Amino acid sequence: MGTERINDTRRNFLRKSAMLAGTLLATSVTKPFTAVIFAANQPDKTKPWYGIGIDIEKCIGCGNCAKACKLENDVPKEPFYFRSWVEQYAIKNDGTVKVESPNGGIDGFTQTVAAEDIFKTFFVPKMCNHCAKSPCTQVCPVGATYESPEGIALVDDKYCIGCRYCIQACPYGCRYLHPVKNTVDKCTLCYHRIKKGLSPACVEVCPTGARIYGDLNDKEGLLNKFLKEHHCHVLKPNLNTGSKLFYNGLSAEVR
Amino acid sequence: MPPQLKTLLPLLAVFICIFLVARHFLIPESFGKYGHYRADSMDETAAIPINYVGKEACAECHDTETAKLASDLHSVLSCEICHGPGALHVADAEKGILLKPGTREFCGTCHSINPARRTEVINQIDTKEHHPEKDNCIDCHNPHAVWELKE
Repeated sequence: MGTERINDTRRNFLRKSAMLAGTLLATSVTKPFTAVIFAANQPDKTKPWYGIGIDIEKCIGCGNCAKACKLENDVPKEPFYFRSWVEQYAIKNDGTVKVESPNGGIDGFTQTVAAEDIFKTFFVPKMCNHCAKSPCTQVCPVGATYESPEGIALVDDKYCIGCRYCIQACPYGCRYLHPVKNTVDKCTLCYHRIKKGLSPACVEVCPTGARIYGDLNDKEGLLNKFLKEHHCHVLKPNLNTGSKLFYNGLSAEVR
Repeated sequence: MPPQLKTLLPLLAVFICIFLVARHFLIPESFGKYGHYRADSMDETAAIPINYVGKEACAECHDTETAKLASDLHSVLSCEICHGPGALHVADAEKGILLKPGTREFCGTCHSINPARRTEVINQIDTKEHHPEKDNCIDCHNPHAVWELKE
């Protein structure tokens, strides 16, 4: 036995190597070589740049948005997986705040604070803020989550490695790890619907018209009209996330 | 330059070349088209089928019901709020059975008294006190025309 020495000349070895490298280079020329570093494009002012408006004064906390979101997007049924959910805030006379969201509001709400203790109470529907400077997309180590040219934060579930870094980074708690796919899942602003000219499922089923979505570049559009007519705020403005989810009637107590 | 480095430099160059070529083949076609991500994944997301079809699709067959609905307070509501997503029903009306809820609990998700709901936005009743002799809301109310009471 023993090792068999490959009796090949240096000339032959070099020739084979050169052929291999040459073939690879020749095929690489057939499709253009991409740049070494990928730079993000600037948002185009002439294309849609989506945002959402929510009128807290109109929200009745029926939970239809949370329910429709789960049914439209096959979100797991367990009450701790949500792309969109509703919270009930009750600010008591003594200044303490009680926040409740039983099953994300899907089964409806009951007021648990006695009427005489309530200073102010309201519902806050929550969902992805589709931030223009989103903290979640910046931390992805594999380029699996990104802001689309339309300003929608999306997840590429074929690229996602499930490291959960973006779940930690989102200051609004809008991401979860899908228990079956083991990839991160989040609100896509019903990308599959708006691309077909339909409104997102949560906007579609809202009975009071409390939710508005639209193009922020369309200066005469519904969303810009909503922003002009109301005093709107975003959640956690101090974090400078460039949130595009605008609330009318947002109290300072909402976190 | 030390001679050891001189002999290693071409090898390093070869490694860098191999890396660049391999990288070129390993990165998907659409990666980097708009940014540091696969642009094709947007099309994949956009291709997901819809479940909520919208009121217009319902009106194509159920024109009497939608006309009735348009006549009263519930006119702004989408059919699928109460009946559930209709894509299966549109594809096959036999299999995609829709919901017909009308219980106190269901109607109460919008209409039960809660101080967090504004009275100018929605009519509210105490779902326990309001006509306790009847079982369900739809025993009296027609949800397509809520002020038209049944006998």
